[in-house]
Formats: sequence, structure tokens, C-alpha cells
Amino acid sequence: MRPSTTRLLNILVPVKRAVDYAVKIRVNPQQTGVDLNVKHSMNPFDEIAIEEAVRIRERLPKGSEPVTITALTIGPPKSVETLRTALAMGADAAFHVELPETAPAPEPLGVAKAVQAIIEKQQNSVDMVILGKQSIDDDLGQTGQMLAGLLDWGQATYASKVDLDLDQKNAVITREIDGGLEQVCVKFPLIVTTDLRLNEPRYASLPNIMKAKKKPVTKLTPADLGVSFKPQMEVIKVTEPPKRVGGTKVESVDELVEKLKAAGFTAVS
Amino acid sequence: PHALVFLEHRQGDIDSGSLSALTAASQLGGKVAGLVVGSSEFVPTVVDKVKKLKGLTSLLHSTSDLYAEQLPETLSPLLEKLLSDSEYTHVVSTPSSLAKSLLPRVAAKLDVPSVSEITSLEHDSSSNSTTFTRPIYAGNAISTVRLPSSVPIKFFTVRATNFDPAPFEESQEIEVKAIDPVDVPNCPTKHISTQLAKSDRPDLSVAGRVVSGGRPLKNAETFAATLDPLADVLGAALGASRAAVDAGYVDNSLQVGQTGKVVAPELYMAIGISGAIQHLAGMKDSKMIVAVNKDPDAPIFQVADVGLVADLYEAVPQIIEKLKQ
Repeated sequence: MRPSTTRLLNILVPVKRAVDYAVKIRVNPQQTGVDLNVKHSMNPFDEIAIEEAVRIRERLPKGSEPVTITALTIGPPKSVETLRTALAMGADAAFHVELPETAPAPEPLGVAKAVQAIIEKQQNSVDMVILGKQSIDDDLGQTGQMLAGLLDWGQATYASKVDLDLDQKNAVITREIDGGLEQVCVKFPLIVTTDLRLNEPRYASLPNIMKAKKKPVTKLTPADLGVSFKPQMEVIKVTEPPKRVGGTKVESVDELVEKLKAAGFTAVS
Repeated sequence: PHALVFLEHRQGDIDSGSLSALTAASQLGGKVAGLVVGSSEFVPTVVDKVKKLKGLTSLLHSTSDLYAEQLPETLSPLLEKLLSDSEYTHVVSTPSSLAKSLLPRVAAKLDVPSVSEITSLEHDSSSNSTTFTRPIYAGNAISTVRLPSSVPIKFFTVRATNFDPAPFEESQEIEVKAIDPVDVPNCPTKHISTQLAKSDRPDLSVAGRVVSGGRPLKNAETFAATLDPLADVLGAALGASRAAVDAGYVDNSLQVGQTGKVVAPELYMAIGISGAIQHLAGMKDSKMIVAVNKDPDAPIFQVADVGLVADLYEAVPQIIEKLKQ
């Protein structure tokens, strides 16, 4: 018998379109940023976030409360590709907060405010937000924590294991901390940020990629959310890092150890 | 400027990264207050030690059982109270897993941005703006950013490899002040347990010498059997590539790279590490890089000062033997 009132476990997963991790980064000649006419893909930590949401659904016993996974991105028109990837991996629906092609990249606080506004738009039905611990472009690593602060929710950053207890309405999360691991128990609703070892994201299958094209993507503007993405940090310039001069090879272990000893690196025991 | 530096300790041991954060805070050119929080078991001894840190102009401490296990949810209200309507202009910390979890939470509450892992800073008092450099794209570009006067409290974390740790000054006398803890009713988060990897070796993030291994070390046993003796003879810390950590050869806290630890030791020995850009991001500021790899085209050789194309299983035992001679 089906329960008459089915409560959904509602998971929101913000994702970001970023320069692909394998692309060689080049600073542009104007020193205003890096060359962005290169391959982009979903930020790897966000793939882990989507994957974890899908696995949470897959781990629940059949017949238990259904899980809704909503993906969300903020960015130029092309960011919709990243949402399609999320939908093909298993998200059910998506929001696209569209920014002009030339708009500066939103900062973590602006992103956190937009996600907060979307949670409020969903009548606060969201139980859990899972997001990457950092994006591999700006490497700031702040959005999840800022969102937790704005909402006053519990947070578990750098998660490597997530166990939900739907009866108790809490999650036991293993976190990767300096020098080891930590377990915390966080009440719903909560924020989780993903670390590398949480899971290995799946590749979307062709049928799922086809299905994803039919899933709903709702477009929103910053005005719809009442959020400004005007940066507070002024980027003065972006430059090449100092080049390391390496490339010297030696022919033998003897030569290698000679160089070590000459530089003062001798045995201590 | 008046900076507040979050000084961390683990069971009474002062975090070395916090000492570098203090040095960075001193470079702002104004007053620097330290903040120590924890349980009554450790706070008094930590306060006794850190009040002698050069660069501090005052020291605040807050003691409570609530702070025995430090959670962003319990520390955030304390910091918000301390910073609201205060004269503080900057909030500074090391990018520890705790501070990285805590500072953005507090910054969002105060409606200000935060700048992660800066490598240099310059404060202009006349315009009340602070300019930072920080690596982006795994260190493949350096961004110079300015927080203008419109940001009333400027939050940032400090790359320890770019700032010397603040020294102790025995004769120093500064104001030490206790701060009342802030109760957190209905805290959504409870600490359950912590497991720290035990090691007699130097701490990876501050070690002067690091021996690091990659995927060709095969498994946890061969990783230890091959690299432990080399680390022993050099008195080095152990590190690893992401591939080695993902494959379970060593604990995740040994990962060097964009998403792991950033190190800059005097000597970095990369054994069986190809040198993906994400790994180079974590070690390319090392003073001397030595690489041993079978593949002559491995990118690690482009940054290595001393490269040896060899089978690591033949080369490493010989290196150990010859170092001992």
C-alpha cells in the first residue's frame, strides 16, 4: 500500500561550469584573466556532489520516500550544458540563473545569496544542499560555508562519507580534516561540501543524456531572485606565475646523491 | 588597521600556520589582536605561550566546554559578536580545515567577502584598501585583488609557505583579556569523534624535507617499504600524489596538490610522480626538487632541479645506501 502523504527528500545541488581540469591555463595578453575560449566542463567537485545526491536516492530502500534532486547553476547561456550533464547524471530538474556572456564571474557571497533566494522560492522545502568544496578556477572554497551562515544551517565541509537517517532527520558525515578524519552529526536541513574521496562520479549513459534533454530547466534572472552579482573584490590584474627553471637531468644515482649532498641534504640517521 | 588573528592549537600545541598568519597580519601595519578559544584544559597554557608572540599587541581568549571540539556552528556566534560594531578591520587565519570552514560562515553573516590563501599583501591606510596576491587555477595564474574601503572588515587566509612564522619574544608584555563564550542553543551540529593519523615524522605542511610518492608505489605496503627508509634517512615528512592517496596507499592528509596540502620545503623528492598540474600546484615553490621517474617525458622533470630517469625500485634503495655513506 502506498502511503497517502509522501514526503520528498529534497536535495539541491549547485554546480559550476569551469575550465576543464586538463586544459593548460593561459593568462590573456591584457592581464585581465585567463583565456576562456577553451574546453569547459562541470567543476569536478560538483560532479561528486551530483553523484552523491543520486547515490543517496539509490541507497534508499525501494518504497521509501522519493528523493528530488534539483541542480542549479549561475552563469552565461552556455552554462546550461553543465545543467544537462547534471540532469543526465540523475538530477530531476534544474534552475539556470542566467548572466550575460560578458558578466564578471560571480563571487561566493553572491552565489550563496542566490542559492538562499532559490531555497526561499521553494518554500524552504530543501532538506539538504550538496556542493563542491571548491571550484578549480578561482580556488576560493567558500560558497557552502557562506550559504550555511546565511541560512543558519548546520554544515559539514570536506565530506568523504554521508549517511542519512530519515527518521531522525539528520546526517552522520565523515569529514576530511587536517591530519585525519572527523565525524559529525548534523540535523536537517544541512549543507554538505564534497571532498575527492566521497565517490567516483559516473559517466552519463546515452539514454540518460537523451532523457536529460526533456527534463525541465527553469530560467531565472538575478532580478527574479533580488540578488546582485556585482563583485566586491576588485581584480587589479592576472599574471603568469614565476616560471620555475628546472629540467636538469642526471645520469646516475651517484650524481643525484652528489647533488643532494652538495646542497646540504645529508643523512640524519 | 586593527587585525584579529584566529590562533589555532590542537590539544594545546600551537598551529605553525597560525604563526605565519600572524606575520601577515603584522604586515598590515596596525594593531594585531590574537584570539584563542578552547576548553579550560588547554586555553591557559596556550595563552601563556602565545602572549609572547612577536607582532601581537593584545590577546583575547574564550574558554568553554562548548569549544572543546571546535565547530563552525559554535564558534561563528562568538566571532560575530566580537566583530559586530567593533574596531576590527581585518580577520586573519591560516587555511586550516577549521578556519576554512569557519571564516566564510562568519563573513557571510557580516555580509562581506573573504579572500582565500593569499601569498602577499599591501595595506593602504589612506584609502583603507588592502591589495592581495593569490594563486588561481591551481597556481597557473596569479590574481591581484583589492578589497576597497567599502568592505568594512576584510577577511583573508594566509599561505604559510609565503610568510615566515612569527617568533617568540620573551620580554613582551601585552594586554590579555578573557571574552565570554556565546551560548548556542539548539546547535544543529554535534561532534561525534576524531581520528588523527599518528606519525613520528615531521608535519608535512612545515617540514624542511619531503619525500613524496605516486601511483607506481603499487600499494600501501610497497609505499611504506620503499619510501619510509628514504624519509627516515633524510629526516623527511612523507607526502603523496592524489593518485596514490585515491588508491589508498596513504592517509588523505598526506596529499600534496591543488586540493591537498601546499608545501614549499627546502627539499622535495618526487618519487614515481608524473607531475600533473594539480600536483605541481602543491609543491612547485619548493627550494630544490628532485624527481625519480621511469618516464623521461614526465612533466615533473620540467620543474625538477635534479631529475633521474630510472626505475624507482632500483634507484631508491641505492639513494638510501649512498646517502648513508
